[in-house]
Amino acid sequence: MKTLNCPLNGRRNITEFVYGGEYHMRPDANNASSTEWAEYVFFDRNPAGEVIEWWFHSPSAYWFLAKRNTVTDEVLATFAFDELAQHVEGDHHV
Amino acid sequence: MPFGLLKYGLLKRYPAQHHFTPECELKSHYDVVIVGAGGHGAAIAYYLAKEHGITNVAVLDKGYLGGGNTARNTAVIRSNYLTEEGVNFYKASVDLYEGLSNELGYNILYENRGQLTLAHSDAAVRSMRWRAEVNQHLGVKSELVDPQTIKELVPLLNVESNTRFPILAGLWHADGGTARHDAVVWGYMKGACERGVELHQLTEVTGFDIQHNKVNKVHTSRGAISCGCVVQAVAGMSSVVAKMAGLKLPIHAFPLQAMVTQPYKPLMTPHVSSPHVHVYIHQTSRGEFVIGGGSDPYALYNTRATLEMKETLASSITELFPFLAQAKMLRQWAGITDMTPDYSPIMGKCEIENYYLDAGWGTWGFKATPISGKTMAELVATKKTPSLIKPFALQRFYDFQQVNEAGATAASH
Ligand SMILES: Cc1cc2nc3c(=O)[nH]c(=O)nc-3n(C[C@H](O)[C@H](O)[C@H](O)COP(=O)(O)OP(=O)(O)OC[C@H]3O[C@@H](n4cnc5c(N)ncnc54)[C@H](O)[C@@H]3O)c2cc1C
Repeated sequence: MKTLNCPLNGRRNITEFVYGGEYHMRPDANNASSTEWAEYVFFDRNPAGEVIEWWFHSPSAYWFLAKRNTVTDEVLATFAFDELAQHVEGDHHV
Repeated sequence: MPFGLLKYGLLKRYPAQHHFTPECELKSHYDVVIVGAGGHGAAIAYYLAKEHGITNVAVLDKGYLGGGNTARNTAVIRSNYLTEEGVNFYKASVDLYEGLSNELGYNILYENRGQLTLAHSDAAVRSMRWRAEVNQHLGVKSELVDPQTIKELVPLLNVESNTRFPILAGLWHADGGTARHDAVVWGYMKGACERGVELHQLTEVTGFDIQHNKVNKVHTSRGAISCGCVVQAVAGMSSVVAKMAGLKLPIHAFPLQAMVTQPYKPLMTPHVSSPHVHVYIHQTSRGEFVIGGGSDPYALYNTRATLEMKETLASSITELFPFLAQAKMLRQWAGITDMTPDYSPIMGKCEIENYYLDAGWGTWGFKATPISGKTMAELVATKKTPSLIKPFALQRFYDFQQVNEAGATAASH
Protein backbone atom coordinates (compact mmCIF):
# COMPACT_ATOMS: atom_id res chain seq x y z
CA MET A 1 0.00 0.00 0.00
CA LYS A 2 1.62 3.22 -1.18
CA THR A 3 -1.30 5.63 -1.01
CA LEU A 4 -4.62 5.85 0.79
CA ASN A 5 -7.73 7.68 -0.30
CA CYS A 6 -8.66 10.02 2.55
CA PRO A 7 -12.40 10.81 2.52
CA LEU A 8 -11.60 14.42 3.40
CA ASN A 9 -8.38 15.15 1.47
CA GLY A 10 -8.33 12.68 -1.38
CA ARG A 11 -5.53 10.28 -2.29
CA ARG A 12 -2.35 10.90 -0.28
CA ASN A 13 0.98 9.21 0.32
CA ILE A 14 0.76 6.46 2.95
CA THR A 15 3.41 8.18 5.06
CA GLU A 16 0.81 10.87 5.88
CA PHE A 17 -1.39 8.32 7.66
CA VAL A 18 -1.31 6.56 11.01
CA TYR A 19 -2.96 3.18 11.53
CA GLY A 20 -5.50 3.19 14.36
CA GLY A 21 -6.46 -0.48 14.74
CA GLU A 22 -9.67 -2.43 14.28
CA TYR A 23 -12.99 -0.65 14.66
CA HIS A 24 -15.11 -1.86 17.61
CA MET A 25 -18.49 -0.72 18.81
CA ARG A 26 -17.90 1.16 22.03
CA PRO A 27 -19.67 -0.37 25.04
CA ASP A 28 -22.33 1.64 26.83
CA ALA A 29 -20.28 3.74 29.24
CA ASN A 30 -22.86 3.61 32.02
CA ASN A 31 -23.75 -0.06 31.99
CA ALA A 32 -20.82 -2.03 30.53
CA SER A 33 -19.28 -4.74 32.71
CA SER A 34 -15.52 -4.85 33.20
CA THR A 35 -15.44 -7.93 30.92
CA GLU A 36 -16.99 -5.88 28.12
CA TRP A 37 -14.47 -3.09 28.66
CA ALA A 38 -11.56 -5.56 28.66
CA GLU A 39 -12.75 -7.04 25.36
CA TYR A 40 -13.27 -3.58 23.86
CA VAL A 41 -9.82 -2.35 24.85
CA PHE A 42 -7.62 -5.42 24.33
CA PHE A 43 -9.31 -8.02 22.13
CA ASP A 44 -9.61 -8.06 18.35
CA ARG A 45 -11.06 -10.29 15.67
CA ASN A 46 -7.74 -9.96 13.90
CA PRO A 47 -9.10 -11.80 10.86
CA ALA A 48 -7.14 -13.02 7.88
CA GLY A 49 -9.56 -11.30 5.51
CA GLU A 50 -11.79 -8.24 5.52
CA VAL A 51 -11.69 -5.85 8.43
CA ILE A 52 -12.95 -2.35 9.22
CA GLU A 53 -10.28 -0.24 10.84
CA TRP A 54 -9.40 3.30 11.92
CA TRP A 55 -6.93 5.48 10.04
CA PHE A 56 -5.74 8.97 10.89
CA HIS A 57 -4.68 11.58 8.36
CA SER A 58 -1.98 13.27 10.38
CA PRO A 59 -1.54 16.67 8.66
CA SER A 60 -5.29 17.39 8.86
CA ALA A 61 -5.90 15.54 12.17
CA TYR A 62 -8.80 13.61 10.63
CA TRP A 63 -9.93 10.14 11.75
CA PHE A 64 -11.81 7.95 9.27
CA LEU A 65 -12.51 4.28 8.55
CA ALA A 66 -11.23 1.87 5.92
CA LYS A 67 -12.36 -1.56 4.84
CA ARG A 68 -9.29 -3.58 3.96
CA ASN A 69 -8.35 -7.17 3.18
CA THR A 70 -5.52 -8.10 5.55
CA VAL A 71 -4.25 -10.93 3.31
CA THR A 72 -4.07 -9.17 -0.05
CA ASP A 73 -3.54 -5.69 1.50
CA GLU A 74 -6.27 -4.35 -0.77
CA VAL A 75 -8.20 -1.30 0.48
CA LEU A 76 -11.83 -1.91 -0.48
CA ALA A 77 -13.26 1.42 0.72
CA THR A 78 -12.44 4.44 2.85
CA PHE A 79 -15.24 6.46 4.42
CA ALA A 80 -16.22 8.87 7.16
CA PHE A 81 -17.41 7.47 10.48
CA ASP A 82 -21.06 8.45 9.88
CA GLU A 83 -21.13 6.26 6.76
CA LEU A 84 -20.24 3.17 8.76
CA ALA A 85 -23.71 1.60 8.58
CA GLN A 86 -23.51 1.36 4.78
CA HIS A 87 -20.32 -0.67 4.98
CA VAL A 88 -21.20 -3.16 7.70
CA GLU A 89 -22.91 -6.27 6.38
CA GLY A 90 -25.58 -8.15 8.34
CA ASP A 91 -23.63 -10.34 10.76
CA HIS A 92 -20.28 -8.62 10.40
CA HIS A 93 -19.30 -8.19 14.04
CA VAL A 94 -17.21 -5.13 14.58
CA MET B 1 30.52 -43.37 -7.62
CA PRO B 2 33.68 -44.98 -6.21
CA PHE B 3 32.91 -48.63 -5.36
CA GLY B 4 34.66 -48.19 -2.04
CA LEU B 5 31.75 -46.05 -0.85
CA LEU B 6 29.10 -48.56 -1.90
CA LYS B 7 29.98 -50.97 0.88
CA TYR B 8 29.16 -48.36 3.50
CA GLY B 9 25.83 -47.70 1.83
CA LEU B 10 24.91 -51.39 1.77
CA LEU B 11 26.25 -52.52 5.15
CA LYS B 12 23.63 -52.86 7.88
CA ARG B 13 26.14 -51.44 10.31
CA TYR B 14 25.60 -47.99 8.80
CA PRO B 15 21.80 -47.60 8.62
CA ALA B 16 20.34 -44.35 7.34
CA GLN B 17 19.32 -42.16 10.26
CA HIS B 18 15.79 -40.83 10.00
CA HIS B 19 15.29 -37.75 12.09
CA PHE B 20 11.54 -37.57 11.85
CA THR B 21 8.46 -39.78 11.40
CA PRO B 22 8.43 -41.21 7.88
CA GLU B 23 5.26 -40.23 6.00
CA CYS B 24 2.33 -42.29 7.28
CA GLU B 25 -1.45 -42.19 7.69
CA LEU B 26 -2.96 -40.28 10.58
CA LYS B 27 -4.16 -42.51 13.43
CA SER B 28 -7.81 -42.22 14.42
CA HIS B 29 -6.97 -40.97 17.93
CA TYR B 30 -4.15 -39.12 19.71
CA ASP B 31 -4.00 -38.26 23.39
CA VAL B 32 -2.50 -34.89 22.51
CA VAL B 33 -2.78 -33.04 19.19
CA ILE B 34 -0.33 -30.15 18.83
CA VAL B 35 -1.22 -27.66 16.09
CA GLY B 36 1.93 -26.11 14.64
CA ALA B 37 5.34 -27.71 14.15
CA GLY B 38 7.48 -24.70 14.96
CA GLY B 39 10.04 -24.68 17.76
CA HIS B 40 7.28 -24.39 20.33
CA GLY B 41 5.16 -27.30 19.06
CA ALA B 42 8.26 -29.49 18.75
CA ALA B 43 9.53 -28.59 22.23
CA ILE B 44 6.14 -29.27 23.83
CA ALA B 45 6.07 -32.70 22.14
CA TYR B 46 9.63 -33.44 23.26
CA TYR B 47 9.05 -32.70 26.95
CA LEU B 48 5.67 -34.49 26.92
CA ALA B 49 7.43 -37.64 25.70
CA LYS B 50 10.66 -37.33 27.64
CA GLU B 51 9.49 -36.05 31.02
CA HIS B 52 5.90 -37.25 31.19
CA GLY B 53 5.94 -40.46 29.12
CA ILE B 54 3.09 -39.16 26.93
CA THR B 55 3.88 -40.38 23.43
CA ASN B 56 0.56 -40.85 21.64
CA VAL B 57 1.03 -37.34 20.33
CA ALA B 58 0.63 -35.85 16.85
CA VAL B 59 2.31 -32.61 15.81
CA LEU B 60 0.48 -31.22 12.76
CA ASP B 61 1.70 -28.50 10.45
CA LYS B 62 0.03 -27.03 7.38
CA GLY B 63 3.48 -26.38 5.91
CA TYR B 64 6.86 -27.78 6.88
CA LEU B 65 8.60 -28.45 10.18
CA GLY B 66 10.01 -25.15 11.43
CA GLY B 67 8.95 -23.23 8.31
CA GLY B 68 7.13 -20.48 10.22
CA ASN B 69 8.68 -17.84 12.43
CA THR B 70 11.13 -20.41 13.77
CA ALA B 71 12.84 -20.24 10.35
CA ARG B 72 12.54 -16.46 10.11
CA ASN B 73 13.72 -15.11 13.43
CA THR B 74 17.01 -13.41 14.12
CA ALA B 75 17.87 -15.72 17.03
CA VAL B 76 18.47 -13.21 19.81
CA ILE B 77 18.44 -15.08 23.15
CA ARG B 78 18.38 -12.95 26.30
CA SER B 79 16.70 -12.55 29.68
CA ASN B 80 17.18 -8.84 30.53
CA TYR B 81 13.49 -8.02 30.68
CA LEU B 82 11.84 -5.54 33.04
CA THR B 83 9.18 -7.33 35.08
CA GLU B 84 9.93 -9.98 37.68
CA GLU B 85 7.57 -12.40 35.89
CA GLY B 86 9.29 -11.80 32.56
CA VAL B 87 12.85 -12.01 33.84
CA ASN B 88 12.25 -15.25 35.77
CA PHE B 89 10.59 -16.86 32.78
CA TYR B 90 13.18 -15.89 30.15
CA LYS B 91 16.08 -16.63 32.51
CA ALA B 92 14.80 -20.20 32.89
CA SER B 93 14.81 -20.43 29.09
CA VAL B 94 18.36 -19.11 28.71
CA ASP B 95 19.48 -21.64 31.35
CA LEU B 96 17.91 -24.46 29.31
CA TYR B 97 19.53 -23.15 26.10
CA GLU B 98 22.97 -23.37 27.66
CA GLY B 99 22.63 -27.13 28.11
CA LEU B 100 20.39 -27.85 25.15
CA SER B 101 22.95 -29.38 22.75
CA ASN B 102 23.79 -31.96 25.44
CA GLU B 103 20.15 -32.50 26.37
CA LEU B 104 19.18 -33.21 22.75
CA GLY B 105 22.40 -34.87 21.60
CA TYR B 106 22.13 -32.45 18.71
CA ASN B 107 24.30 -29.42 18.10
CA ILE B 108 22.15 -26.29 18.20
CA LEU B 109 25.27 -24.08 17.90
CA TYR B 110 24.46 -22.13 21.05
CA GLU B 111 26.88 -19.24 21.57
CA ASN B 112 27.07 -16.93 24.54
CA ARG B 113 27.79 -13.60 22.82
CA GLY B 114 26.47 -10.95 25.17
CA GLN B 115 23.90 -8.35 24.18
CA LEU B 116 24.19 -4.57 24.24
CA THR B 117 21.19 -2.22 24.16
CA LEU B 118 21.97 1.42 23.42
CA ALA B 119 20.52 4.49 25.12
CA HIS B 120 20.37 7.76 23.16
CA SER B 121 18.26 9.73 25.65
CA ASP B 122 18.11 10.43 29.39
CA ALA B 123 14.79 8.62 29.62
CA ALA B 124 16.36 5.50 28.11
CA VAL B 125 19.30 5.68 30.55
CA ARG B 126 16.87 5.84 33.47
CA SER B 127 14.88 2.84 32.30
CA MET B 128 18.11 0.87 31.75
CA ARG B 129 19.22 1.62 35.29
CA TRP B 130 15.87 0.25 36.45
CA ARG B 131 16.20 -2.87 34.29
CA ALA B 132 19.77 -3.50 35.49
CA GLU B 133 18.60 -3.39 39.12
CA VAL B 134 15.69 -5.78 38.52
CA ASN B 135 17.91 -8.11 36.49
CA GLN B 136 20.71 -8.27 39.05
CA HIS B 137 18.24 -8.86 41.85
CA LEU B 138 16.95 -11.91 39.97
CA GLY B 139 20.39 -13.28 39.12
CA VAL B 140 20.69 -12.04 35.52
CA LYS B 141 23.96 -10.46 34.39
CA SER B 142 23.00 -6.94 33.41
CA GLU B 143 24.72 -3.59 33.99
CA LEU B 144 24.77 0.00 32.81
CA VAL B 145 27.94 0.82 30.82
CA ASP B 146 29.44 4.09 29.57
CA PRO B 147 30.46 4.97 25.98
CA GLN B 148 34.11 4.09 26.70
CA THR B 149 33.15 0.53 27.72
CA ILE B 150 30.81 0.34 24.73
CA LYS B 151 33.70 1.24 22.45
CA GLU B 152 35.75 -1.59 23.96
CA LEU B 153 32.92 -4.11 23.61
CA VAL B 154 32.07 -3.12 20.02
CA PRO B 155 34.98 -1.21 18.44
CA LEU B 156 33.12 -0.77 15.14
CA LEU B 157 30.23 1.11 16.68
CA ASN B 158 30.14 4.86 16.02
CA VAL B 159 30.17 6.38 19.52
CA GLU B 160 31.14 9.89 18.34
CA SER B 161 29.12 12.76 19.80
CA ASN B 162 28.54 14.46 16.42
CA THR B 163 25.87 11.99 15.29
CA ARG B 164 22.11 12.54 15.01
CA PHE B 165 21.48 10.55 18.21
CA PRO B 166 24.72 10.27 20.22
CA ILE B 167 25.05 7.18 22.40
CA LEU B 168 24.83 8.12 26.08
CA ALA B 169 25.07 4.69 27.70
CA GLY B 170 24.25 1.03 27.21
CA LEU B 171 22.71 -1.92 29.00
CA TRP B 172 25.26 -4.73 28.84
CA HIS B 173 23.77 -8.20 29.22
CA ALA B 174 26.61 -10.71 29.40
CA ASP B 175 24.16 -13.66 29.42
CA GLY B 176 22.81 -12.84 25.94
CA GLY B 177 23.39 -15.39 23.21
CA THR B 178 22.30 -16.94 19.96
CA ALA B 179 21.71 -20.39 18.49
CA ARG B 180 21.03 -21.98 15.13
CA HIS B 181 17.23 -21.54 14.97
CA ASP B 182 16.56 -24.46 12.59
CA ALA B 183 18.64 -26.82 14.69
CA VAL B 184 16.53 -26.03 17.75
CA VAL B 185 13.30 -27.21 16.12
CA TRP B 186 15.02 -30.16 14.38
CA GLY B 187 16.66 -31.30 17.60
CA TYR B 188 13.44 -31.14 19.61
CA MET B 189 11.40 -32.87 16.90
CA LYS B 190 13.98 -35.62 16.45
CA GLY B 191 14.01 -36.27 20.19
CA ALA B 192 10.20 -36.39 20.22
CA CYS B 193 9.94 -38.71 17.19
CA GLU B 194 12.52 -41.09 18.68
CA ARG B 195 10.16 -41.49 21.63
CA GLY B 196 7.10 -42.21 19.51
CA VAL B 197 5.62 -38.80 18.72
CA GLU B 198 4.33 -38.44 15.13
CA LEU B 199 5.10 -35.42 12.97
CA HIS B 200 2.64 -34.79 10.14
CA GLN B 201 3.66 -32.04 7.74
CA LEU B 202 1.38 -30.63 5.02
CA THR B 203 -1.54 -31.33 7.37
CA GLU B 204 -3.64 -28.24 7.96
CA VAL B 205 -6.00 -28.00 10.90
CA THR B 206 -9.31 -26.65 9.60
CA GLY B 207 -11.67 -26.89 12.58
CA PHE B 208 -12.58 -28.47 15.90
CA ASP B 209 -15.65 -30.27 17.26
CA ILE B 210 -16.40 -28.85 20.67
CA GLN B 211 -19.11 -30.22 22.96
CA HIS B 212 -19.80 -29.38 26.59
CA ASN B 213 -16.75 -27.16 26.66
CA LYS B 214 -14.46 -29.97 25.50
CA VAL B 215 -12.78 -30.44 22.16
CA ASN B 216 -13.10 -34.03 21.02
CA LYS B 217 -12.28 -33.92 17.33
CA VAL B 218 -9.75 -32.11 15.15
CA HIS B 219 -10.57 -31.61 11.46
CA THR B 220 -7.61 -31.55 9.13
CA SER B 221 -6.97 -31.37 5.40
CA ARG B 222 -6.31 -35.15 5.65
CA GLY B 223 -9.43 -36.09 7.58
CA ALA B 224 -10.72 -35.88 11.15
CA ILE B 225 -9.02 -37.32 14.23
CA SER B 226 -10.28 -37.70 17.77
CA CYS B 227 -8.16 -36.23 20.55
CA GLY B 228 -7.69 -36.16 24.31
CA CYS B 229 -6.65 -32.52 24.20
CA VAL B 230 -5.32 -29.85 21.84
CA VAL B 231 -2.39 -27.45 22.15
CA GLN B 232 -2.26 -24.58 19.67
CA ALA B 233 1.23 -23.27 18.91
CA VAL B 234 0.79 -21.44 15.60
CA ALA B 235 2.36 -18.02 16.29
CA GLY B 236 1.23 -15.67 13.47
CA MET B 237 -1.95 -17.68 12.86
CA SER B 238 -2.99 -17.65 16.55
CA SER B 239 -6.20 -15.63 16.06
CA VAL B 240 -7.23 -17.66 13.03
CA VAL B 241 -6.82 -21.07 14.73
CA ALA B 242 -8.30 -19.83 18.03
CA LYS B 243 -11.36 -18.67 16.11
CA MET B 244 -11.89 -22.25 14.90
CA ALA B 245 -12.25 -23.10 18.59
CA GLY B 246 -14.59 -20.14 19.14
CA LEU B 247 -11.98 -18.12 21.02
CA LYS B 248 -11.12 -14.44 20.61
CA LEU B 249 -7.63 -13.32 21.58
CA PRO B 250 -5.98 -9.97 22.35
CA ILE B 251 -3.60 -10.47 19.42
CA HIS B 252 -2.77 -8.48 16.29
CA ALA B 253 -0.87 -9.92 13.32
CA PHE B 254 1.96 -7.72 12.05
CA PRO B 255 4.70 -8.65 9.58
CA LEU B 256 8.24 -8.29 10.93
CA GLN B 257 10.98 -7.84 8.35
CA ALA B 258 14.70 -8.60 8.54
CA MET B 259 17.69 -8.92 6.22
CA VAL B 260 21.31 -10.14 6.03
CA THR B 261 24.43 -8.78 4.38
CA GLN B 262 27.16 -10.63 2.54
CA PRO B 263 29.58 -12.50 4.85
CA TYR B 264 32.54 -10.70 6.45
CA LYS B 265 35.42 -12.02 8.52
CA PRO B 266 34.59 -12.13 12.26
CA LEU B 267 34.29 -8.48 13.32
CA MET B 268 31.75 -8.33 16.10
CA THR B 269 30.86 -10.65 18.98
CA PRO B 270 27.78 -9.27 20.80
CA HIS B 271 24.29 -8.45 19.62
CA VAL B 272 23.75 -4.69 19.44
CA SER B 273 20.32 -3.13 19.56
CA SER B 274 19.08 0.44 19.48
CA PRO B 275 15.41 0.89 20.38
CA HIS B 276 15.76 4.59 19.55
CA VAL B 277 16.67 4.22 15.89
CA HIS B 278 14.77 0.95 15.81
CA VAL B 279 17.35 -1.49 14.58
CA TYR B 280 19.41 -4.38 15.89
CA ILE B 281 22.27 -6.41 14.51
CA HIS B 282 24.62 -9.29 15.09
CA GLN B 283 27.16 -11.17 13.04
CA THR B 284 26.32 -14.82 12.48
CA SER B 285 28.95 -17.53 12.79
CA ARG B 286 28.89 -17.63 8.96
CA GLY B 287 29.98 -13.98 8.95
CA GLU B 288 26.79 -12.36 7.68
CA PHE B 289 25.37 -9.37 9.53
CA VAL B 290 21.72 -10.02 10.43
CA ILE B 291 19.80 -6.76 10.59
CA GLY B 292 16.30 -6.52 12.06
CA GLY B 293 13.60 -5.98 12.82
CA GLY B 294 11.12 -3.62 11.33
CA SER B 295 7.47 -4.19 12.20
CA ASP B 296 5.12 -3.04 9.46
CA PRO B 297 3.06 0.04 10.39
CA TYR B 298 -0.30 -1.76 10.14
CA ALA B 299 -1.78 -5.25 10.63
CA LEU B 300 -1.28 -7.72 7.78
CA TYR B 301 -1.17 -11.48 7.05
CA ASN B 302 1.34 -11.24 4.25
CA THR B 303 5.07 -11.90 4.25
CA ARG B 304 5.90 -9.66 1.31
CA ALA B 305 8.85 -7.31 1.71
CA THR B 306 8.72 -3.55 1.39
CA LEU B 307 11.44 -1.25 0.13
CA GLU B 308 10.45 1.34 2.76
CA MET B 309 11.33 -1.04 5.59
CA LYS B 310 14.65 -2.02 4.03
CA GLU B 311 15.50 1.67 3.60
CA THR B 312 14.65 2.45 7.23
CA LEU B 313 16.75 -0.44 8.50
CA ALA B 314 19.65 0.46 6.20
CA SER B 315 19.62 4.12 7.19
CA SER B 316 19.53 3.32 10.91
CA ILE B 317 22.22 0.66 10.80
CA THR B 318 24.64 2.80 8.81
CA GLU B 319 24.35 5.52 11.46
CA LEU B 320 25.56 3.02 14.05
CA PHE B 321 28.01 1.12 11.82
CA PRO B 322 29.12 3.41 8.97
CA PHE B 323 31.23 0.65 7.30
CA LEU B 324 28.02 -1.23 6.46
CA ALA B 325 27.23 1.43 3.86
CA GLN B 326 29.53 -0.69 1.64
CA ALA B 327 27.73 -3.95 2.36
CA LYS B 328 25.63 -5.86 -0.14
CA MET B 329 22.32 -7.19 1.06
CA LEU B 330 22.10 -10.93 0.43
CA ARG B 331 18.59 -11.87 1.53
CA GLN B 332 15.54 -10.34 3.14
CA TRP B 333 12.31 -11.83 4.46
CA ALA B 334 9.35 -11.40 6.81
CA GLY B 335 7.31 -13.42 9.27
CA ILE B 336 3.83 -12.79 10.69
CA THR B 337 4.17 -11.96 14.38
CA ASP B 338 1.36 -12.43 16.90
CA MET B 339 1.61 -9.21 18.92
CA THR B 340 -0.02 -8.82 22.34
CA PRO B 341 -0.86 -5.47 23.98
CA ASP B 342 1.71 -5.97 26.78
CA TYR B 343 4.43 -7.72 24.72
CA SER B 344 4.14 -10.84 26.90
CA PRO B 345 2.93 -14.26 25.71
CA ILE B 346 -0.44 -15.90 26.29
CA MET B 347 0.09 -19.34 27.76
CA GLY B 348 -2.07 -21.86 29.53
CA LYS B 349 -5.71 -22.69 29.94
CA CYS B 350 -8.74 -21.06 28.40
CA GLU B 351 -12.51 -21.50 28.67
CA ILE B 352 -12.37 -24.83 26.80
CA GLU B 353 -11.36 -27.47 29.35
CA ASN B 354 -8.89 -29.46 27.24
CA TYR B 355 -7.61 -26.74 24.88
CA TYR B 356 -4.28 -25.09 25.70
CA LEU B 357 -2.88 -21.86 24.31
CA ASP B 358 0.76 -21.19 23.48
CA ALA B 359 0.43 -17.89 21.63
CA GLY B 360 1.29 -14.22 21.59
CA TRP B 361 4.99 -14.78 20.88
CA GLY B 362 5.25 -11.72 18.71
CA THR B 363 8.81 -10.72 17.97
CA TRP B 364 10.30 -12.39 21.07
CA GLY B 365 9.30 -16.09 21.16
CA PHE B 366 12.38 -17.90 19.85
CA LYS B 367 14.29 -17.38 23.07
CA ALA B 368 11.35 -18.85 24.99
CA THR B 369 11.19 -22.08 22.97
CA PRO B 370 12.77 -24.39 25.61
CA ILE B 371 10.94 -23.08 28.67
CA SER B 372 7.58 -22.79 26.96
CA GLY B 373 7.97 -26.38 25.73
CA LYS B 374 8.80 -27.55 29.21
CA THR B 375 6.09 -25.65 31.09
CA MET B 376 3.34 -26.28 28.52
CA ALA B 377 4.15 -30.01 28.59
CA GLU B 378 3.88 -29.98 32.38
CA LEU B 379 0.53 -28.19 32.14
CA VAL B 380 -0.84 -30.70 29.61
CA ALA B 381 0.44 -33.69 31.61
CA THR B 382 -0.63 -32.55 35.09
CA LYS B 383 -3.48 -30.13 34.22
CA LYS B 384 -1.88 -27.76 36.75
CA THR B 385 -0.41 -24.47 35.54
CA PRO B 386 3.30 -24.24 36.50
CA SER B 387 3.93 -21.14 38.62
CA LEU B 388 6.43 -19.75 36.08
CA ILE B 389 3.67 -19.25 33.49
CA LYS B 390 0.72 -18.36 35.73
CA PRO B 391 1.20 -14.61 35.08
CA PHE B 392 0.81 -15.19 31.32
CA ALA B 393 -2.72 -16.63 31.36
CA LEU B 394 -5.29 -15.21 28.92
CA GLN B 395 -7.34 -14.28 31.98
CA ARG B 396 -4.87 -11.47 32.80
CA PHE B 397 -6.54 -9.21 30.25
CA TYR B 398 -9.90 -9.59 32.02
CA ASP B 399 -8.24 -8.95 35.39
CA PHE B 400 -6.31 -5.91 34.08
CA GLN B 401 -3.08 -7.59 35.22
CA GLN B 402 -0.87 -7.11 32.20
CA VAL B 403 2.83 -7.99 32.29
CA ASN B 404 4.26 -4.96 30.53
CA GLU B 405 7.41 -5.79 28.59
CA ALA B 406 6.87 -3.25 25.80
CA GLY B 407 9.94 -1.19 26.74
CA ALA B 408 12.23 -4.17 27.24
CA THR B 409 11.16 -5.77 23.95
CA ALA B 410 10.90 -2.84 21.53
CA ALA B 411 13.64 -3.28 18.99
CA SER B 412 15.59 -5.95 20.85
CA HIS B 413 13.45 -9.06 20.30
C1 LIG C 1 11.90 -11.41 11.43
C2 LIG C 1 11.70 -11.99 12.80
C3 LIG C 1 12.70 -11.86 13.76
C4 LIG C 1 12.54 -12.40 15.04
N1 LIG C 1 13.58 -12.31 15.92
C5 LIG C 1 13.49 -12.92 17.13
C6 LIG C 1 14.61 -12.93 18.01
O1 LIG C 1 15.69 -12.41 17.67
N2 LIG C 1 14.49 -13.53 19.22
C7 LIG C 1 13.32 -14.12 19.61
O2 LIG C 1 13.26 -14.63 20.74
N3 LIG C 1 12.23 -14.16 18.77
C8 LIG C 1 12.30 -13.57 17.55
N4 LIG C 1 11.22 -13.61 16.69
C9 LIG C 1 9.97 -14.26 17.14
C10 LIG C 1 10.05 -15.78 16.97
O3 LIG C 1 10.47 -16.09 15.66
C11 LIG C 1 8.69 -16.45 17.21
O4 LIG C 1 8.06 -15.92 18.35
C12 LIG C 1 8.85 -17.95 17.40
O5 LIG C 1 9.63 -18.50 16.38
C13 LIG C 1 7.50 -18.63 17.45
O6 LIG C 1 7.67 -20.03 17.39
P1 LIG C 1 6.44 -20.98 17.20
O7 LIG C 1 6.92 -22.36 17.20
O8 LIG C 1 5.39 -20.60 18.19
O9 LIG C 1 5.82 -20.54 15.78
P2 LIG C 1 6.24 -20.88 14.25
O10 LIG C 1 7.64 -21.26 14.12
O11 LIG C 1 5.73 -19.77 13.41
O12 LIG C 1 5.39 -22.19 13.99
C14 LIG C 1 3.99 -22.17 13.86
C15 LIG C 1 3.60 -23.22 12.84
O13 LIG C 1 2.17 -23.35 12.83
C16 LIG C 1 1.79 -23.74 11.54
N5 LIG C 1 0.36 -23.49 11.36
C17 LIG C 1 -0.29 -22.30 11.29
N6 LIG C 1 -1.61 -22.51 11.09
C18 LIG C 1 -1.80 -23.85 11.05
C19 LIG C 1 -2.95 -24.68 10.87
N7 LIG C 1 -4.18 -24.19 10.69
N8 LIG C 1 -2.78 -26.03 10.88
C20 LIG C 1 -1.54 -26.57 11.05
N9 LIG C 1 -0.42 -25.82 11.22
C21 LIG C 1 -0.56 -24.49 11.21
C22 LIG C 1 2.69 -22.91 10.64
O14 LIG C 1 2.82 -23.52 9.36
C23 LIG C 1 4.01 -22.89 11.42
O15 LIG C 1 4.94 -23.84 10.96
C24 LIG C 1 11.33 -13.07 15.40
C25 LIG C 1 10.31 -13.19 14.44
C26 LIG C 1 10.48 -12.67 13.14
C27 LIG C 1 9.38 -12.85 12.13
